Amino acid sequence: MPHRIEVTLRPELPDAEGLSLCTKAKEYFGLEIESVRCVQIITIDAELAAQQVQRIKDEIFTNPVTQIGSLGPLAIAFDWCIWVGYRPGVRDNPGATAMEAIEDLLGVRLGPQEAVYTSKRYCIKATGLTEADLHQIAGELLANDIIQQWKIYSNTAWDIRSGVGWVIPKVKLNRQPTVTAIAIDSDEILKTISDERNLALNPSDIPTIRRYFLDKKVRTRRAELGLSDPTDVELEYISQARSDHCNHNTFGGLFHYQDLSSGHSEVIDGLFKTYIEIPTLALKNKKPWVVSVLWDNAGVGRFDDRHHYVITGETHNSPSNMEAYGGAITGIVGIYRDPLGTGKGSRLIMGSYGYCVGPRDYTGALKPKLHPRRLLDGVIEGVRDGGNKSGIPTPYGQVLFHPSYLGKCLVFVTALGMMPAMIDGEPAEQKSIRPGDLVVMCGGRVGKDGIHGVTASSEVFSESTPAGHVQIGDPYTQKKMHDFLLQARDEGLIRFITDNGGGGLSSSVGESARFSNGCEIQLEKVPLKYEGLDQWEIWVSESQERMTVAIRPEDRQRFLELSKHHAVESTVIGTYTDSGRLIITYQGKPCADMDLDLLKAGFPQWEFPAHWLSPQSRGFTEPVISPPTDYTLLLTDLLSRPNICSKEWICRQYDHEVQGGSVIKPLVGQARDVPSDAVVIRPILQSQKGLAFAQALIPFYSAIDAYHMTTNTIDEAFRRLIAVGGDPEQVGGVDNFCWPNIQYHSQHNPDGKFKAAQLVRACKALSDMCLAYGIPLLSGKDSMYVDGHLKGPYGEKRKVSGLETLQFSTTSVIEEIAHCVTMDCKCADDLLYVIGETRDELGASEYYDLMGFVGLQVPEVTPEFLLPAYQALAGAIRDDLVASVHGVYRGGLGVHLAWVAMAGGLGLDVDLSRVPAFGIEREDTLLFSESAGRFIVTIDPRQQAEFEHRMASVPHGRVGAVTATADLVVRGLAGQHLIKCSLNQLKAAWKAPFGDLK
Amino acid sequence: MSRVNALVLTGFGLNCDRETSHALELAGAEVRRVHINALIEGQQRLDDFQILAFGGGFSWGDDHGAGVIQAVRMRTNIGDQIIRFVESGKLVIGICNGFQTLVNIGLLPALNGNYQQRSVALIYNDCGNFRDQWVHLKVNPRSPCVFTKGLGHLELPIRHGEGKLWCESSVTESLLQNNQIVMQYSRPGDELAGGEFPFNPNGSLHDMAGICDPSGRVFGLMPHPEAYHHWSNHPDWTRTKAFASRRSAWTPEIMPPGLALLKNGVDYMAG
Repeated sequence: MPHRIEVTLRPELPDAEGLSLCTKAKEYFGLEIESVRCVQIITIDAELAAQQVQRIKDEIFTNPVTQIGSLGPLAIAFDWCIWVGYRPGVRDNPGATAMEAIEDLLGVRLGPQEAVYTSKRYCIKATGLTEADLHQIAGELLANDIIQQWKIYSNTAWDIRSGVGWVIPKVKLNRQPTVTAIAIDSDEILKTISDERNLALNPSDIPTIRRYFLDKKVRTRRAELGLSDPTDVELEYISQARSDHCNHNTFGGLFHYQDLSSGHSEVIDGLFKTYIEIPTLALKNKKPWVVSVLWDNAGVGRFDDRHHYVITGETHNSPSNMEAYGGAITGIVGIYRDPLGTGKGSRLIMGSYGYCVGPRDYTGALKPKLHPRRLLDGVIEGVRDGGNKSGIPTPYGQVLFHPSYLGKCLVFVTALGMMPAMIDGEPAEQKSIRPGDLVVMCGGRVGKDGIHGVTASSEVFSESTPAGHVQIGDPYTQKKMHDFLLQARDEGLIRFITDNGGGGLSSSVGESARFSNGCEIQLEKVPLKYEGLDQWEIWVSESQERMTVAIRPEDRQRFLELSKHHAVESTVIGTYTDSGRLIITYQGKPCADMDLDLLKAGFPQWEFPAHWLSPQSRGFTEPVISPPTDYTLLLTDLLSRPNICSKEWICRQYDHEVQGGSVIKPLVGQARDVPSDAVVIRPILQSQKGLAFAQALIPFYSAIDAYHMTTNTIDEAFRRLIAVGGDPEQVGGVDNFCWPNIQYHSQHNPDGKFKAAQLVRACKALSDMCLAYGIPLLSGKDSMYVDGHLKGPYGEKRKVSGLETLQFSTTSVIEEIAHCVTMDCKCADDLLYVIGETRDELGASEYYDLMGFVGLQVPEVTPEFLLPAYQALAGAIRDDLVASVHGVYRGGLGVHLAWVAMAGGLGLDVDLSRVPAFGIEREDTLLFSESAGRFIVTIDPRQQAEFEHRMASVPHGRVGAVTATADLVVRGLAGQHLIKCSLNQLKAAWKAPFGDLK
Repeated sequence: MSRVNALVLTGFGLNCDRETSHALELAGAEVRRVHINALIEGQQRLDDFQILAFGGGFSWGDDHGAGVIQAVRMRTNIGDQIIRFVESGKLVIGICNGFQTLVNIGLLPALNGNYQQRSVALIYNDCGNFRDQWVHLKVNPRSPCVFTKGLGHLELPIRHGEGKLWCESSVTESLLQNNQIVMQYSRPGDELAGGEFPFNPNGSLHDMAGICDPSGRVFGLMPHPEAYHHWSNHPDWTRTKAFASRRSAWTPEIMPPGLALLKNGVDYMAG
């Protein structure tokens, strides 16, 4: 018999969650709610005695100081009550920890069929609402129908004896696991089955697959095991491994690039090989600090003689777009497994985020699944819980708003780790497997989660079908596993480790088996969340928080003992071999037998036509705008724009100091509220060495040319590191591409060839920049298909494609953190410099966007001129010659002078005629051009001679001074007052949009 | 002075154990990071230690009230050992999640020496969200707390979602009377925050940031002393450096207040 505990805050205490609901209902929908009281419901589906349940209520769930608990429905008056609970199979983290606590308190183990579920009800007092209003509140504020269910009760329909009734969201599949052989009589038959089963096999792969399974030798060998036609386990495996997600078919594709404007054409055989692998290998040879790149879950760079750092980044766009919180938390917790699975394993030291969403105040006609405001809230919270609960600082992040992301949002997550250089006498970045080593799965259990990714979202829900395609990451389980695996690593127990991400076991076991050249898996040994999964489902499920580890057979006992000590589940599921084959059995019966090299041979390369048209030939021109006269209003309006304004409320929700190594924080300055150019951490607490980290995201320039979008993005990410004291010789990069579909289709993707050309150009720029700046690409990922089909008001659906976007991350080791600088001006009478040349480059700028234009003259990066300036400035910073350094980014000099002044709490007196510039006669161009390569620097006047000597060969201008009066004063080209604005006014404008959010 | 052994708990979602250990080592202690299970299963004995640190983190995900399940586990399995530890004159410090755990075990505030009664709670911040921010703290010089002896105004970071200290007014009265309120959120000049956000970041009653038991040997606080163990932790260090270098050469702070606080504890046990 199930038991229920209801818990609520004592009536005299304010209900923060309830108050927040009142505010949101009013702000989002104009609905007036007087009050809300929340009730936590713990449903225990287990055989327990009454006094046991009483103890559980009193000793675990009811805080005697603040709460009231009851074994039946609590008597709380309401006009309406909304109950919200999870759908079956959705990860219920509080339910799982509740079960641990109950078992511990009672000293019992609950049975395999017993479980604890959590849900909530909201007791709402509101006289003027209709049931439809309540459904809106439930569906758009409290629950997401993909993972949750809800019920609405009016006070008249409520029965205090039964309350919300008994909802037990238990998964019941009631089926025998079955392996199905699949007919391959013809390409057409296999294609039909692939479509029916959602296998998503690429039609051009089908002949290769059939050829393999029809091969005489293969059939004879399979017959010995009792296999004939391919099984669903095998085809699912191939489908996963050949997917763009796992195999990167787009970046491995053959591109037929044509510049239709110039007539130039070329064929590029693989973007990855041509523009990422070749330059990175060339740089690795020149840079001894590059330890391991291009093959593992993350790249490895040297930190000091005894430690390496590890970095990688990825996106979790589609799941976040459907269920923002679940998608984002799964994304951040998932990326943390990559450093953990790099080399023999790394300790996590930092994470970061990048969100690209539609306008937060969007009121247009299109209907995205989640409104951008709700989506952003969910994404922020997901990454927050994922990072904070993992004990990993999240000190850096960026948020962009653009209508093109209404179709699909972008959620970038990046993870950094640290490993000792040597473990047990072996280099820690290396790993190997010997035949006979055991295959161990550690961490969470396997359910129907994530099978076929989000394509399964069209399935019809019934009461007990698991809603597994959208997941909720579980940082608690993963943190336990992280601590366990690091101890196992340090005891020398781990020979090989990798994470279970996309493709689940099929991918982690399939890929690791290459290291010994074979494996045999006993699928029935894999621990399941619930019975009834087919063998193929166990094999490809993407259930989270799992790692696959290879251990020596003699270490089995110690490894499992340590796992148990850390309350982590680990199971030996098979053995690595050198047979060249991947053999899977279930209770002794074979269900797969494939040659490991099948996936490497014979599959056709994807091909893409890529047609480039220059912006001129696409009709882009510079706009016609006469010089403005009210520059103070112009500047404050720019500061209030969503992509410029303060987003402190997001930043502060992330623990950016855990682990104790924070050196340069995300928010700096006198009032600690202005974003830093980059962050610096001290990952080894015994050392004065630092690790600087920054990212850049400026997709707007793609509207003109993705080549220049890419060069500017990389320049900004590089420059951000220089600004805090990074070493230009030790900069590593991570590229994360997010692109709309580039496969041309005359109806569905008519501009596919252009988007493909944009991708080619972006990759060329990536290679050019990395070689010019000397940035080895430590890691990177691509995420294609950033397109959405949004419902319009007339029953139509409109395709919305995201801007071609690259997020570029940079790292640099800093030898001595005492030389780091921040961007806030420090002392009155300090001298103010602008380093780098401003040119007439307003194309796709924030200024033009404010005016409603795109323009043509996008900023162009000239590394041969910029790099010497960066080296000179880095030297000046290292020698303590400067007081503050800030890069000039989006919004141009005007916006960033304002940031420097606001951060310092001091005025600036700026003479625009002294700004180093080329061919500019207008003040708006000087103030708002977004030319690359520039810095704003303040120095102690005593350092003037030495500083100017260091900058002698670099474009620089002493443009003014820091002043004690708290005003930003900008003089125009004729010496006139162009801007005179108090810091208070600037800050008020800058904080206007989101300043009230906490 | 005798050697002081400090035990820093790990496991089950705790996460500040490395820097807490590092800071305690800098403060002069011999430190061991010990998994909660190792203590419960008896592989490590509390008797071998003089300082027990409940550190920050999200024990059991904090899904049912911060620190609640950790408190249940500790109380159920080794509650009597912990009380013996305290009563034998040793020190317990609870930082953030550790503080939340101590109040849920009942080790704080231990009015009338009762170490098993829950009488204060740390509930959701009034601002409605997790918050990372440096705060100013006013130390009560009359408090018996051994960790804050000689410390004046200090700054430390808070990083929590559930840090609002709440209790019945009678409990507040007792805390005031016994000087068990060790530190309070204040403004930069040492004037109390008076509940005003963001000086008081969570809405805590009486700006309470840290309290101790009547003996002063059990101390719980929401701010993180271990996160200010190095001069570079402070948000203003680049500014301080710039100001200082105008007058003479800048010298970094050797004993940041977070470290001084922990050192007080170590020195107390060293005798």
